[in-house]
Amino acid sequence: MWTITHDDVTAIALGAGILGTGGGGNPYLGQLRMQELLRQGYSVQVMNLEDLPDDALVCEIGWMGAPTVGVEKLPRGNESEAVIAALEQYVGRKFDAIACSEIGGSNSIAPLEAGAQTGKPVIDADAMGRAFPEMQMSTLFIGGVSCNPSAMVDAKGNCIVFDHLEDSFKLEQYARPLCVQMGCTALLAIGAMSGAEVKRTSVRDTLKLAKQVGQAVLDARNTKASFSEAVLNITGGVELFTGKLVDVQRRTTAGFARGEMIIEGLGAHAGGFIHIAFQNENLVAWRGDRHTRQDVMACVPDLICLLESDTGEPITTEQLRYGLRVNVLAIPCTDKFRTPEALKVVGPAAFGYPDVVYSPLHKTPGQGIE
Amino acid sequence: MRIGIDVGGTNTDAVLMDGRKVVGWAKSPTTKDVSSGITNVLRALLDQTQASPASVSAVMLGTTHFTNAVVERKSLSRTAIIRIGLPATSALPPFVDWPEDLRAAISGEYHLVHGGYEFDGRPISALDDAEIKEAAAKIRDSGIDCIAISSVFSPVNPDQETHAAELVASVIPNAKISLSHEIGRIGLLERENAAIMNACLSHLAVRIVQSFRDALVGLGINAPFFISQNDGTLMSADFVEKYPVLTFASGPTNSMRGAAFLSGLKDAVVVDIGGTTSDVGVLSQGFPREASVAVRIGGVRTNFRMPDVLSFGLGGGSHVKTDPLQIGPQSVGYEITSRALVFGGNDLTTSDIAVAAGMADFGDKSRVAHLDKALVQASLERMWEMVEISVDRMKTAAGGVPVILVGGGIILIGDKLNGASELHRPEHASVANAIGAAIAQVGGEVDRVFSLDAIPRDKALQQAKDEATQRVLREGAIPDSVEIVDVEEIPLSYLPGNATRIRVKAVGSLAVE
Repeated sequence: MWTITHDDVTAIALGAGILGTGGGGNPYLGQLRMQELLRQGYSVQVMNLEDLPDDALVCEIGWMGAPTVGVEKLPRGNESEAVIAALEQYVGRKFDAIACSEIGGSNSIAPLEAGAQTGKPVIDADAMGRAFPEMQMSTLFIGGVSCNPSAMVDAKGNCIVFDHLEDSFKLEQYARPLCVQMGCTALLAIGAMSGAEVKRTSVRDTLKLAKQVGQAVLDARNTKASFSEAVLNITGGVELFTGKLVDVQRRTTAGFARGEMIIEGLGAHAGGFIHIAFQNENLVAWRGDRHTRQDVMACVPDLICLLESDTGEPITTEQLRYGLRVNVLAIPCTDKFRTPEALKVVGPAAFGYPDVVYSPLHKTPGQGIE
Repeated sequence: MRIGIDVGGTNTDAVLMDGRKVVGWAKSPTTKDVSSGITNVLRALLDQTQASPASVSAVMLGTTHFTNAVVERKSLSRTAIIRIGLPATSALPPFVDWPEDLRAAISGEYHLVHGGYEFDGRPISALDDAEIKEAAAKIRDSGIDCIAISSVFSPVNPDQETHAAELVASVIPNAKISLSHEIGRIGLLERENAAIMNACLSHLAVRIVQSFRDALVGLGINAPFFISQNDGTLMSADFVEKYPVLTFASGPTNSMRGAAFLSGLKDAVVVDIGGTTSDVGVLSQGFPREASVAVRIGGVRTNFRMPDVLSFGLGGGSHVKTDPLQIGPQSVGYEITSRALVFGGNDLTTSDIAVAAGMADFGDKSRVAHLDKALVQASLERMWEMVEISVDRMKTAAGGVPVILVGGGIILIGDKLNGASELHRPEHASVANAIGAAIAQVGGEVDRVFSLDAIPRDKALQQAKDEATQRVLREGAIPDSVEIVDVEEIPLSYLPGNATRIRVKAVGSLAVE
């Protein structure tokens, strides 16, 4: 167990922003909210995964919505209490701990806020080891954990409880249009899981990982060291490219911010171009020229992360704009996403790129995302 | 011919330019009322160059006055904000990430009211006229007449902000109202912050712009009068009265563009040493490197497009405290000519150190002759170290970079700086800022909704770019100089036909007469 401090939140938000691979919502706003709670005297404990009792009752907490909406329609503040209370009422039992659905982006902070407001510990693990746009893209659900029952709430307190769903695809399918109805921002409490299930299927130690990655960037900033190297030393992976954003095309469809960007190379990459497709998160990076894509450099489920070249700040897809200078990193994902069953759910084909073949980035055992 | 003016915290500089040629320049202390400082410097300039007021075809003015007001928390009006968006947004109320002292300086009163839009244009909740009027009445009763209004998703639908402004005006007849959608982009907190800062500068803006006008008219200069904005383009004076916040960071942009113009360098670090502060920026291909993530001004997070500048408290008027040795950040500012030792005052400043060291020669040298040599040397080394640290922080690669020194305070710097591969002090360096204002560009913006079902995106973008270019040309730009500097697309999914708001900004150099 460790108690979250103001500085932990700063480091976690920064690291989670990088692991968010462009999505997961703006971690800065989550950081502000969480630090505001700490200032008001709230506190929250983080529990190591192995300390979670097998018979504990656990739910995941996470926001659903489009990041472009998240920076504009800010939360009301009592959403986590409301959604947890609703699910507890339905289950007839209190939750013992809160799990993180997604370490990437602001969903790294959402469980901490919920923990602070409800007094429940937060487990140091998540269901992605990154950010992903859809609910079924989860090591828990791929590992056979049930998403029943789940609850979602909007800023007005409207609450919906889901149960008897066939699988997590159905949760995604039904929750998404409701989320759009709720204004593209809704908070979900998912599942009534046992501690044993969570231990078996989660990606462990990812709050710690986010904190380390964030701290590494903060340290690199102080010592003028390379941000990319500092991050890659912890996560493994490679720097794909450095350059300047020359085109961003985007559209919000069915609750997702989809689009594509083109980055023109600078320095060692001068003359080169890469294209990156995103759906909230960065999905596929291709080498190419100004107009056409050529070979794939990296793709989901591995992480494609954009860092602002001068500061090492993660760039979320809603911040993309002409002229940004970025370093593009590719980071190996959790092994739990590299199985044939998992790739059906989180591989390039699942995002509408059937022709892209996933070729796993080299991974050093014991390093980076579990 | 045209005149570029830079109103700094310490000095007001003016330069007369004929095409690319600097005809003459003058420098005079900034005065408390601002306008007499401008009058003084222009009179000196006209005298010196023997130019007639009628030969002046345009006046371009850059001022850090509004930025400084926020940074120093001076001359700010007490300001309230009405945010329209309940029940959403209350987790992060207005001012949530503001420094406490700045918030206190402008009262920090806020009201959250119902309303706002969802991303698709549906109302979050109905706008309640009575609730807004009630908030306005409370603001009036607090004696506040500067009001910012923000609303969730106002960049895609400004109606509620506009309507709320009418209601507020009906309760507070002479209210100065700043609407967030006119100032910022998507991102509620940052846009709202910009609107609040604009509102708290409203009274100052009217006063300052009027004093600028009076100064010009008093000298018989009736040429068009522009003020430079943060992206290096020019705004009309009337526009600045309403949107003073858009002048933020125009100073560094001007000095960097002036430094590029004077040195002929396109890639370098620019150190602009003024009277109170120094700004370090980076020239990349002749343009200031832009800060690409949120920029804090006076500690407040905004999402303007801004040059990436590091400011620190070293200038020609900085206080030198001994035992222990400390330079700045306090400065005697525009009172240097009465308060510095060499000018008969009682304050030891960095300029006194430079005179004592024989690096500069002004004022009464004998008044600093008593200064301990070791103190003088230690002070100089401390100042140079301050510059070196900042240059090092701003450069992106290890190793030396060319450094261009500009501004009145460059007398403080010796022949060599660690980390600089070359040290440039171009001719007229002390008025680089005013030169940057004089060569400032004109801008043209297109901000329109296109239906991407009716017209392909490529064509819509091209059309917007062409229109923006045409606007810049109509403003008098040289055709070859026009370039597109900003392209932004906001999908408006609630409108049929794949509607997208496209905003394109083009800039060009003003054709010289």
